[in-house]
Amino acid sequence: MAYSDKVLDHYENPRNVGSLDKNDPNVGTGMVGAPACGDVMKLMIKVDGTGLIEDAKFKTYGCGSAIASSSLVTEWLKGKTVDEAYKIKNSAIAEELALPPVKIHCSVLAEDAIKAAVADIREKQAATKEAK
Amino acid sequence: MDRMPIYLDYSATTPVDQRVAEKMIPYLTEQYGNPASRSHPYGWTAEKAVENAREEVAKLVNADPREIVWTSGATESNNLAIKGAANFYSDKGKHIITLATEHKAVIDPVRELERQGFTATFLEPNDDGLVDIEAFKAAIRPDTVLASVMFVNNEIGVIQDIEAIGNICRENGVIFHVDAAQATGKVEIDLASLPVDLMAFSAHKTYGPKGIGALYVRRKPRIRIEAQVHGGGHERGMRSGTLAPHQIVGMGEAFRIARLEMEEENARIRTLHDRLLNGLKNIEETYVNGDLKKRVPHNLNISFNYVEGESLIMAIKGIAVSSGSACTSASLEPSYVLRALGRTDELAHSSIRFSIGRFTTESDVDYTISLLAEKIEKLRELSPLWEMFQDGIDISKVEWDEH
Amino acid sequence: MVKVYFDHNSTTVLKPKVLEAMMPYLTNQHGNPASQHRYGRNAHEAIEQARRQVAAVVGAQANQVIFTASGTEANNFAITGIASNLDQEQILTSKIEHPCVSNPAKAMQARGNWQANSIAVDSDCQLDTQDLEAKLEAPTDLVSVMLANNETGAIQDIETVVALAKAKKVFVHTDAVQALGKIDVDFIALGVHAMTISSHKIGGPLGAGALVLNKRVDIQPLLYGGGQEKGLRSGTENTAAIVGFGVACELAMLGLNDFASHTASLRATLEVSLKELNAVVFGQQATRLPNTSFFAFENIEGETLVTALDKLGFAVASGSACSSASGEPSHVLLAMGIEEDLARGAIRVSFNQENTQEQVSGFLVALKQALYDLRQMTAVAA
Repeated sequence: MAYSDKVLDHYENPRNVGSLDKNDPNVGTGMVGAPACGDVMKLMIKVDGTGLIEDAKFKTYGCGSAIASSSLVTEWLKGKTVDEAYKIKNSAIAEELALPPVKIHCSVLAEDAIKAAVADIREKQAATKEAK
Repeated sequence: MDRMPIYLDYSATTPVDQRVAEKMIPYLTEQYGNPASRSHPYGWTAEKAVENAREEVAKLVNADPREIVWTSGATESNNLAIKGAANFYSDKGKHIITLATEHKAVIDPVRELERQGFTATFLEPNDDGLVDIEAFKAAIRPDTVLASVMFVNNEIGVIQDIEAIGNICRENGVIFHVDAAQATGKVEIDLASLPVDLMAFSAHKTYGPKGIGALYVRRKPRIRIEAQVHGGGHERGMRSGTLAPHQIVGMGEAFRIARLEMEEENARIRTLHDRLLNGLKNIEETYVNGDLKKRVPHNLNISFNYVEGESLIMAIKGIAVSSGSACTSASLEPSYVLRALGRTDELAHSSIRFSIGRFTTESDVDYTISLLAEKIEKLRELSPLWEMFQDGIDISKVEWDEH
Repeated sequence: MVKVYFDHNSTTVLKPKVLEAMMPYLTNQHGNPASQHRYGRNAHEAIEQARRQVAAVVGAQANQVIFTASGTEANNFAITGIASNLDQEQILTSKIEHPCVSNPAKAMQARGNWQANSIAVDSDCQLDTQDLEAKLEAPTDLVSVMLANNETGAIQDIETVVALAKAKKVFVHTDAVQALGKIDVDFIALGVHAMTISSHKIGGPLGAGALVLNKRVDIQPLLYGGGQEKGLRSGTENTAAIVGFGVACELAMLGLNDFASHTASLRATLEVSLKELNAVVFGQQATRLPNTSFFAFENIEGETLVTALDKLGFAVASGSACSSASGEPSHVLLAMGIEEDLARGAIRVSFNQENTQEQVSGFLVALKQALYDLRQMTAVAA
């Protein structure tokens, strides 16, 4: 299969690989996919006091396109608000990376990972508010 | 163009040995002729060469040349053997036994026979890939007409106990076919003593050309098959079609070289195999697929846990290897052979088949080991599953959101 | 002694450019086209290139070309593969088909309720379309009529076959193995559903053939396995032979006009002299392939004449190559109503573009010599 140069770039030099402290109340985690399906994405975002995403990290078990999709979204997420992040669509990811049709599901997974991370941070923040 | 990757995919196909190519080329140029045209010497020369090659093929497996039928390859040989014997002897019964780990060229003709009213048992081997002899015995029914078991598995390299299985078939009057496409030149085959009725061969897995194969059809006791390709009545009516002398000559020469050199070559390949295995074993969480003793040294199939297969293949572009069978690797399905061995989808997905051959060197092996060590480490740094494993989490117990 | 080869309908000399194109795939470009690494991808791309070349020579689309190991296999595939997916009805073939068309039809009759019937030809080896029309009254799965006969070279009226068959919604297959490279072959214009072609009759290597198939036809594979050729023909592709077939098709297309005019003039020279020698030329009134002449002399046995000519340095055929070992008179001539004795005398000369007028002159000298010697012997025996 022929990968685009952008996929290859992210695959060879993935951005923002790693983890954040999952117990930090300002960190949201999204883990999507399943090993049996061939891909698992873990995306972590850290939100500052103003609601902006100040850091994003990922780890991905999956094909080159899955790795590239998650690497790309960590770049996109930084500096965005949580609400803006929630609006990122898989089609934008697929277009940016020129994913072939059989690899569109990788971009869907990346969108799901963002939504899961955002949901997690919202849940955490709601819990913190209640606690106050 | 940059350098071609190091070739470690000899089980998919082998390069044509230069000595073989040199034998073939005269039949592509000056000695042309249709071997069925007996009336002029072009034809005679080709016919003699074809018969010499038949002798060479027979010699490698200790058979009579009259028991060798040319085909276009192992796929056709397997189709001809299975459909040909099942149809010819269908009045004796309509049950077939084969393995779940056979090549598609055996499984799919059996499936086609099922559509025509036969029934089939696809035996699951043990986790080491070997047939459980008792289970095989138990699978035989009064209406079992044919059994087909491969000699050497193409994906995991295990060698089946053909003699034991053949004896059971003999005792029960079951015709026994063996797919030996991956076996020639790798294991001793003595058809004078092996209780085998039909055996499929391929040239291009043994340093011969693509597009040519052969089927062994036993004469004593005589086995009959129904032709699948009809026409001019070549190959004593079992297989029609103009023969390609250059390809036949190539197969003959390839099998001759295999006979003369296999002992020495296999010793050398075993050394390379052990070197590769020892090098890759040092990587944590690796699993060899298939029995470690009853296997050909040409094959090493390893699963690398917590690394996804396709990204692994992408990472090791410097070597040409296969993930799963070459014939099915275009699909995203995990290898059905590894599944039949009880491997999880994840381990099946992350399996690499390294296959070593005549032109593999020690430095090829050393490069492969260092490449794998480096890339596996890099991919595991990226892998959330590896992180969980390191944290002591049992991944099989996690509830995944399967999509 | 250097032999003059006049048996190009049997098999052809590999063209140097074809061999050149094949060589990498017999040596360093050895990948399995199914493999995903570079070796495999290179082989795969070479096959797809060949597919486009083959499609172009017959005016088809690349995705209509299914590679097989030979024309024989493609014919078997067409007949059994198409009929297998239909109700078990009549399979019609002409009486002059190659055995690899007529025998699979008979095998289907043995296998199930199919009826293998054959269509007559006239004394000039032309299909009796009235007989076809009459036979089409019975429910029919498939009609197979060759585009040009391998022995006489007679070109069949496929247009009429297609018109009659289509009126009855019956599939048409044509064996175009002998026609390819000798006359224009256009899959779309012919309107057939399936067409067989072969590499080694056009200066390509043995080991490659193709079935050109209209996608609307549902066909059952002959070979099951790895799922190559979109599942229709399993088995690792013979890359070198397929590449050679592709290049041979390209060369055949470029050289078609020259081939036709050149071989036609050689044949004209030959047949003027044959007439003087009182030969019977078979199918002479039919539209024939330009390179083929099939003839006999009274009281001269064909097999003997071929051997005599061979000793004098000329390679020609007696009857068709596939049956020349059998000693039976040509089934084509018998279908044309030729007497058995005369049929046994038949020999076939088939030219290609490399043959020359000098060779034809030399051949005529040898032929006269051989005829004289043989008649002397017969006279002595009598």
